[in-house]
Amino acid sequence: MTHAAALLPLTVAWPLLGAVLLAGPGRWLPRLGADALASAWATAQLALLAWLWSAAGDGRIISWVAAWTPVDGHSVGIVLAADRIGGGLALLAAALVLAALGYSWHYFDEPESERGHGGAFPALLLLFEAGMCGFALTGDLFDAFVFFELMGVAAYALTAYRVEEPRPLQGALAFALTGSVAGYCALLGIGLLYSRTGELAFARIGEVLDREPAGPVSAAAFALIATAMLVKAAAVPFHFWLPDAHAEAPSPVCMLLSGVMVELGLYGLLRVYWTVFSGPGGIPAEAFRTTFLVVGALTALTGGVLCWQQRHLKRLLAHSTVGHMGLFLCAAALLTPAGTAGAALYALGHAGAKAALFALVGVLLDRFGSVDEHGLYGRGRDLVAAGALTVTGALALAGLPPFGTGLGKSVAEHATVHEAPWLLPVFLLVPAVTAGAVLRAALRVFAGAGTTPRQRHAGPETTGSGEEPEVRDPSRRVPRVMLVVPALLLGASLAVGLLPGLAHRIAEAAARFCDPAGYAAAVTGRTVPAAGPRVPEAGWTATGVLLGLAGTLLAVAMAAAALWGPALKGPAAVAARTAADRLTVLAVVPLRRLHSGHVGDYVAWLAAGLAALMVVFALCT
Amino acid sequence: MTTTLLAAAPATGQATTDPLPYLAAGWILLAGLHGLVTSRHAVHAIGCLTVVQSGTYVLLLAVGYRRGATAPYFTDIPPTTPVADPVAHALTLTDVVVGAAVSALLLALVLQTAKRHGTADPDALTGLKG
Repeated sequence: MTHAAALLPLTVAWPLLGAVLLAGPGRWLPRLGADALASAWATAQLALLAWLWSAAGDGRIISWVAAWTPVDGHSVGIVLAADRIGGGLALLAAALVLAALGYSWHYFDEPESERGHGGAFPALLLLFEAGMCGFALTGDLFDAFVFFELMGVAAYALTAYRVEEPRPLQGALAFALTGSVAGYCALLGIGLLYSRTGELAFARIGEVLDREPAGPVSAAAFALIATAMLVKAAAVPFHFWLPDAHAEAPSPVCMLLSGVMVELGLYGLLRVYWTVFSGPGGIPAEAFRTTFLVVGALTALTGGVLCWQQRHLKRLLAHSTVGHMGLFLCAAALLTPAGTAGAALYALGHAGAKAALFALVGVLLDRFGSVDEHGLYGRGRDLVAAGALTVTGALALAGLPPFGTGLGKSVAEHATVHEAPWLLPVFLLVPAVTAGAVLRAALRVFAGAGTTPRQRHAGPETTGSGEEPEVRDPSRRVPRVMLVVPALLLGASLAVGLLPGLAHRIAEAAARFCDPAGYAAAVTGRTVPAAGPRVPEAGWTATGVLLGLAGTLLAVAMAAAALWGPALKGPAAVAARTAADRLTVLAVVPLRRLHSGHVGDYVAWLAAGLAALMVVFALCT
Repeated sequence: MTTTLLAAAPATGQATTDPLPYLAAGWILLAGLHGLVTSRHAVHAIGCLTVVQSGTYVLLLAVGYRRGATAPYFTDIPPTTPVADPVAHALTLTDVVVGAAVSALLLALVLQTAKRHGTADPDALTGLKG
């Protein structure tokens, strides 16, 4: 066993140990001590994962916990398997946890007696980190469920962290109920697979499943597991919890939820599909591709439309995450190495940009106790640095080259052209619309641009005014660390696009991710076939740069139209405004009405989605 | 322990092919979901979530059941005795632990919600819209 394999289980144990230390003895530490301990702990985890990522090289690190290796191909042990996609996601989670810890250094500056002790928040963050790292690195289906639940429970508790206020509780309740139903669906699917195969390691289930042709049991199991992963990945119609949770969770927690947790849901779907269901006993690739391209396109469009309609800044960013998740799902569902590489690069670039934007909204909440775009009109004029960073973040979200989002979008578009050209308009429109909405809000709040927005509004909406500030002293200066962290995150998003060789590494990792035979051989200890799938081209192309620039221009144009359009005179402008209003009433208001804030409705949508997936996959096998 | 489990593997009896437990698990799942959708009280909703989870217990126990087998506990029986699948039992036990953690957290959230909102009716808790 190599050093790397021996150290792999430590990636889960280390943050768990840190959480125990902070939650137990941490209560006697002063606030500063708890923050310092947590940051040091998270830095060590980041260093460990970075080393493992480089040690994984062009292969996989396999670790059977406590050396319970398979005997005659039959195993009862638990396996961890790190390749560069899973390991990379764990690394991303660790980096964002460190960023969130740094950001919240001065964030919850309240008297300690009011909210438990200073170690509780960092302890929960480390618990969340353990769940995410375990989920990204496990090679065992049942362990994936356990880590799914661990990350869920930590996320529910973090969402409701400001437990003395009503709305965070409501968001957390919706999140927790839908998340738990999703977890039990996954468990039912796992039970069905175990009854069929008697195995729990991904690779072994896949091998045993392929001995017989596909049947209704494997179709039902896949539909159940896919539902669970899609709830986490916030795909339509499983996404309803996400805006509620993101709008009410503390800003540093939103950075993690949007930046990496929802992406992990997508990773789980693809990991399970490739390692378990991609063979002859599983789900036909064509059925998977068609179904999830449609789901992805619907998700992207829903997210884009609802993002544009929001005035609650955190809900706006949350819907933008839904839109982007739809795009990642489309790219990954192509089931080609090129599409997977595009999704991975795009998600990486998006994580930096979106986490930075949530951090910057946290500055507004800190300062004004409101995240209402209309109510904050012109009030952020003196926050020059925050305003400049928000505009930069919006441009990054639009996919402006050379940001990592632009590179990921261009690689994903390039992969899509060959397989599903009808998706190209979605790839062009959705990032532009969500970036346009952020740009519109940034210019209104930080520059007072455009006409004064309406204060009152008809129809179902959450305004975001009257939010409790997450800190108690709004008169203080904005702590420097709350601007340094978003600046660093935006820099990281830029680095994803600029670092030479990174795109190629990720393309190699994607090719290996789409190679179930190589994965199964590595896990079960056979010789890995030397020739894996061909590594796709990934890098900047002239078309990609032009499309990125076009998307950015479109975003700027949409923001400008929203800001100055209402002031335009003349019959053409009036006609355009009337048409836009009519379209809103016909198409957008009914869509917004579906987001009712009622947990029962969310579960009903979940059940409907599950039933639809079951029917589709049962008919296809 | 490794040897015990591996020795047990060839001795496990015939897995049940009776569809009834699987149908029962599906029915319990649907009953729980129906309760969650129509619930008028958050504590009731959490009860329904536990019902959904009970569906997973039934399924896992059905998966591990072996006709004519005994408990997988080898201190006083010969290692060749047919036993029920111990892995399925381990899964069920983990499931119980996970469920306890989730229910406890949810009940705490509901208690706090009732304190802050003065109600635990999901129909009244719809402040987050659109």
